[in-house]
Amino acid sequence: MDAAFFRDWMTAAAAVVETQRDHLTQLDAAIGDADHGINMARGFSAVTAALEQKDTPTPGSVLTLAGSTLISKVGGASGPLYGMALRSAGKALGDTSDADLHALAGALEAALAGVQKLGAAREGEKTMVDALAPAVSALAKALAEGAPGDGALSALAAAALAGAQSTISMQALKGRASYLGPRSVGHEDPGAASMALILGALRDVAARQAP
Amino acid sequence: MKKLINSPDTVVTDALAGVAAAHPSLAVDIENKVITRAGGPTLGKVGLVSGGGSGHEPLHGGFVGFGMLDAACPGEVFTSPVPDQMLAATKAVDGGVGVLHVVKNYTGDVLNFQMAAELAADDGIEVTPVVVNDDVAVQDSLYTAGRRGVGATVFVEKIAGALAERGAPLADVAAVAAEVNERSRSFGVALSSCTIPAAGKPTFDLGDDEIELGIGIHGEPGRRRAPLAPAAELAAAAMDAIHADQPLDGDLLVMVNGMGGTPLIELYLVYNEVHKYVTGKGARIARNLVGNYITSLEMQGFSVSVCRLSDTLEQLWDAPVDTPALRWGR
Repeated sequence: MDAAFFRDWMTAAAAVVETQRDHLTQLDAAIGDADHGINMARGFSAVTAALEQKDTPTPGSVLTLAGSTLISKVGGASGPLYGMALRSAGKALGDTSDADLHALAGALEAALAGVQKLGAAREGEKTMVDALAPAVSALAKALAEGAPGDGALSALAAAALAGAQSTISMQALKGRASYLGPRSVGHEDPGAASMALILGALRDVAARQAP
Repeated sequence: MKKLINSPDTVVTDALAGVAAAHPSLAVDIENKVITRAGGPTLGKVGLVSGGGSGHEPLHGGFVGFGMLDAACPGEVFTSPVPDQMLAATKAVDGGVGVLHVVKNYTGDVLNFQMAAELAADDGIEVTPVVVNDDVAVQDSLYTAGRRGVGATVFVEKIAGALAERGAPLADVAAVAAEVNERSRSFGVALSSCTIPAAGKPTFDLGDDEIELGIGIHGEPGRRRAPLAPAAELAAAAMDAIHADQPLDGDLLVMVNGMGGTPLIELYLVYNEVHKYVTGKGARIARNLVGNYITSLEMQGFSVSVCRLSDTLEQLWDAPVDTPALRWGR
């Protein structure tokens, strides 16, 4: 997976958060302040613009530019958290011009570690971590079992989606939804939903490129 | 929902252009979204920076001026501003003796201000943050993101701003800000939600005979839904929550704040109830504010903020201030 692949991933992520913008907004209206869809769409639109304007010769540079752009453009909690996730992933990829699945797995682990350090969320607190953590585990497991590329990324995306769905029954312990206490139960977390969309975009880009 | 906007995407920039045109005392950088005093930084004075989502006007831009803030960073509607803005603001107000960041306790605000403070430190500017978390509707526990920063933000900005204007050092300005936060408690009640321009419909629905108790300032649902009741009962619900958390005692600064969509006649009516309640507990309202100070677009409702005053805090409250939203003593 070269820099072009990662740029395609970011472009696909931008496309999916744009088409799902109203859905994300609705999720955020139920347990937040109704701006997650708008913020993510704005942020990722800025990411695609930045990727068009600046040179990103390596996979790592694509993700660090994306992360920095999100920090500069999104605001709220999502900006720093997603920004940290992508910057950490980009840093973990280093200077390589071609990342294999193991490198990608390591980058996503670094993304998770970065998000958890910044936001202090653990699994089960109804956040983006509840989509990212199971996805990281599923990818690691698939790789350990010797699954082929597309199978491994399918497992990643499926786990993220299942993780996002699992937030429905959780009570929010972090972020704006936590102010609602028990009233946050019964609603999917918008950050987990957007994380599942972004990881789904990764699987889709890989599937399109499969021979 | 009808709004006075040109397009959802340009609400903030269009409004900032209006602020710039209306207030020559302010310098409004529309592109970078930073509002500062037109006269520039005061050398030798601690600079005060705050910021937050747009939609809470006059907070914070309306409080930029002599005796209060040096800079305000407006984000997108209900979205905390980004580190770049806060860094630009911090540099713009640096008078050489450090900068105070007044940070409302929301995850986004805290994270973005944290990043900005680190960047400022890299540039050799000393920054001390003070987090405002006066809302009693949220239990402050390990199981939430902590209490929200609401009405007391106005108190902190005024009182810390007054001390900074006297030339006090950063540590003292930060200490008085923290003290005001510690002495303040707030609670809000909503009769309606509000509509974010880009969302196009209210964030949540309230029936004709329903109210929401324990609201924040971002249009989100509160602690619980309840039936509409006379103002006396709603005011008592708010004051009960405040009194239970920090008993009303001595001389108080009380703000009855409109959420943006409540007529002044109703705010004064609520103030009457609050005044009776406070007097009934044997305390005294020494200073007050009644009006729209920290709003939530067109939400109908009110919040009450109470600060236990000391002689020093009262003097700092009385100190001259010259901003678009608060002006006395000059």
